[in-house]
Order: sequence, then structure tokens, then C-alpha cells
Amino acid sequence: MTAAAGELGGIPAPGAWRGAAWAVRRDLRLALRSKAELGVQLLFYVIVVTLIPLGVGPDPALLRALGPGVLWVAALLASLLALPRLFATDFADGTLEQMALSPHPLPGLISGKIAAHWLATGLPLVAASPLLGLQFGLGDDELVVLALGLLLGTPTLSLLGAVGAALTLGLRNGALLALLVLPLYVPVLIFGAGAVDAVRTGMGAAAELSLLGAGLLTALVGAPLAAAAAVRIAID
Amino acid sequence: MNWFRFASPASFYPLAGRLAPWFGGGAAGFAAAGLYIGLIAAPTDATQGDAYRIIFVHVATAWMSMFIYLVMAFWCAVSLMFNARLAAMMAQALAPTGALFTALALVTGALWGKPTWGTYWAWDARMTSELILLFLYFGYMALRQAIDEPRRADRASAVLALVGAINVPIIYFSVKWWNTLHQEASVSLTSAPTMAAVMLTGMLLLALAAWFYSIAIALTRVRAIILERERHAGWVGEAALAVRGVR
Repeated sequence: MTAAAGELGGIPAPGAWRGAAWAVRRDLRLALRSKAELGVQLLFYVIVVTLIPLGVGPDPALLRALGPGVLWVAALLASLLALPRLFATDFADGTLEQMALSPHPLPGLISGKIAAHWLATGLPLVAASPLLGLQFGLGDDELVVLALGLLLGTPTLSLLGAVGAALTLGLRNGALLALLVLPLYVPVLIFGAGAVDAVRTGMGAAAELSLLGAGLLTALVGAPLAAAAAVRIAID
Repeated sequence: MNWFRFASPASFYPLAGRLAPWFGGGAAGFAAAGLYIGLIAAPTDATQGDAYRIIFVHVATAWMSMFIYLVMAFWCAVSLMFNARLAAMMAQALAPTGALFTALALVTGALWGKPTWGTYWAWDARMTSELILLFLYFGYMALRQAIDEPRRADRASAVLALVGAINVPIIYFSVKWWNTLHQEASVSLTSAPTMAAVMLTGMLLLALAAWFYSIAIALTRVRAIILERERHAGWVGEAALAVRGVR
């Protein structure tokens, strides 16, 4: 790797891993320069979660039963809300096309972009979730499993969402992305919220967390390839 | 005989036109026989009464709704691998029929559930995954419609259909898992009493009818798609003149 590789715009020697590492650094730096935007996305998560008790009433038993599902559905929506920023600006200014033309394998660069996107938009949700879980009266074990589940599940959401974001690049219909992506999120939601429920009923969450991990590994292998194919179709 | 000849829309168009009436006729015949057995010949069920007869239609539609998604994903894979226009057109032609059968399966399931379970909707594993399948069909069709350029629409919707096809079994098993955890086996389709041979015959006949109907409709729809998308090709003009009787 050359000395300039660490700089924004520095070009490392071709390779999937080097390309991915470069894309992570570049996208993280860009994300950190628009902190306000990231803050709004996190606030969206907090506000949606806060609205539920206002809607269903403050009964502690009810809130405790609803908590895992509410926190997970809100995480799904917050993840969906952040998806357009993954590719849209790079698509608009031609960066994505240059990436596709570069000697780096495109799935590597896309993986890097997705990783940076998750670090900027998914990880804050994981970090905020125990605090929000407290508001729903979840116990210590449940809070740990909630955060663990989100830690395993939100990267899967970013990976699956990247395919949808790439497929809808340049299309005017903004709600289309939700229609494409949300049905694919169903298994993550079921196992994520199910893990917390399992702890509460005393069954242990090992099975659900294992399945979330398996889903993450599968998405890690498949989604960057599908997203790269979709990006090539969009810039064609 | 070289089958790849029919991979060209120009040569598939007349073939589809010749085949569609045969499949349509077959669908009508199977449907008539199946409905006769289902509505008249089959005896009234001891526990469910006559309401159970909805199941004859329901099973056929539910089966086709999932099968058509797989066929659609197959044509999408062919269109991506071989860059074949006709395969993409076939996938496009199948999607509305698949969505129709999914919607019918949901409606007939609800109508059957009301007299049998006492509720239209039960968040049963099968019903829930069928609903999500309907969303997948809608997503596929909406993505196609949102993209103006036909070749980009072909390829983008093909990628979506393949991602969806990988997800369908995962969604099904996750919903099943979720369902067994939450619902303490209050309602169960699997514990139905063993089926009489006459009922099985009726179901199979109606499934065949649905199958033939899907083929006939897909072939008819693909002809319209071919005409629409190949309208700049010379042979389409000639075919149009031939229809009008002008040589």
C-alpha cells in the first residue's frame, strides 16, 4: 500500500480487501462530516419508540410485553430511513460509476460502503437500544439480549437494504424502497424480537441469536454481490 | 429441432399464439371436472359441513401462488445468465398471475377460516407468509413499473426476484417458528382428518386447472408484451397487417 492510501482520494493497489478498507475510511469520513444528518436518524428511532406508550397507554405490563417488538420495528424503520444516503450522492455525482470502472472489485468497494454505513447509522441504534429498553421496563438480561440481537441483526438490515437501495437508484418513487426492503426484513425482525421474548419466558435466546448470526453470515456473502450487480445495472 | 429458435420473440410470438388456446381449453376442462367433483360429487364433511368445499379452490390457488414465484425467479435467472429478452418477458408476464393467485389464496383462506376457526384472520404461519409473498409480488411489479428503460427494468427486477426467491423459504420458516412460539396450537391445519380419495381427486383436478390457466394467461400476456416492446421491429408490422387481412 502506498503512503497516500490513507488519504481521502488516495488510490491503494487493486484488491477486494484494500478496496473495502478504502471505502470504509472514505465513507466514514464523509458520514462524520454530516453529523447532524446522523443525529436526526437516531432521533427518529428514539421518537418512534417514545410515541408507542403515548399511543397504547402507560400500563407497565403491556409496555414490557410490547417492548421488544416496538424497539425492533422502530429499528427496521430507522434503518430504512437511512438507506437512500448509502448510494444516492455517489450516484448523483458520478463517484459510483468511477468505482465500477476502477480496478478494485466492485463487491469489495460496496462491502466497504455498507460497513461504513452500518457503523454510522446502525451502531448508534444498538448503543441507544438499552436506554430505550429501560423505558419499557425490560430486565437486565433482556436488555443485553436486545442489544446483542440488534448488534447481529442491524448489519443484516444494512446488507439487505443495500440491494434495495442500489435497485432503486435514480428512481423518483421514494416509497418503492420500503416496499422492496421491508418484506425481506421479516426474518430479522422475528428472530430479533423473538430472542428478547425467549429470555423473558426463560427459554434462553441462544437459538434466535445463532439464527441471527447465520443470517448475517449469509447476507455478508450474498448481499454485496447482489448490490454490486444492481449498481452495475443502475449506472449502465 | 433447435429449441433455441424459440428464444427469439419473433418466432415465439406465433408459437405462443398456437399453444395458448390449448392450455386455455385444458384449464376449462379440468376446472369443470374439478368443480363437479368438489361441489357435487364430494360428500358433505362430517365436522365442517359444506364450508370445507372452499378448500378445493384454496389449495389450488395457494399452490400456484408459490409455484409461480419460483417459475418467475427461474426465468429471471435465465434472463440474467444468457441476457435473454424473452425470458425476462416471461417473468414479467407471470407476475400479475402469481399476485392474483396469492390474493385469491388469502381471500379463500379467510372465507374458509370464518366458519371453521370463527375468524377471518388468524396470523397462522401459512397465511402470514402468503401475505408477505403478496408483498414480494407487488414489490417486483412496482420496481418494473418504476423503471422506464425496459432492459434496465428486466435486469433490476430479475435481481430482486432472485433475492426474493432465496428469502421465501427463510421467511416461511421464520414465520412458522414465530407462529409456534406465540400460538399454543389453537388452530391447526395439519391435524385435519385424512382425506377421502374423491376429495383428493377434486383438488388435483383444480390444481391442474390453475396450472393450465396460468400457462394460457402467461402465453397470452407475453404476446402482448412482445408486441409492445418489439413494436419497432419489422415483423411486428407484418403481423399486424396479417391480422387485418392486408397482405
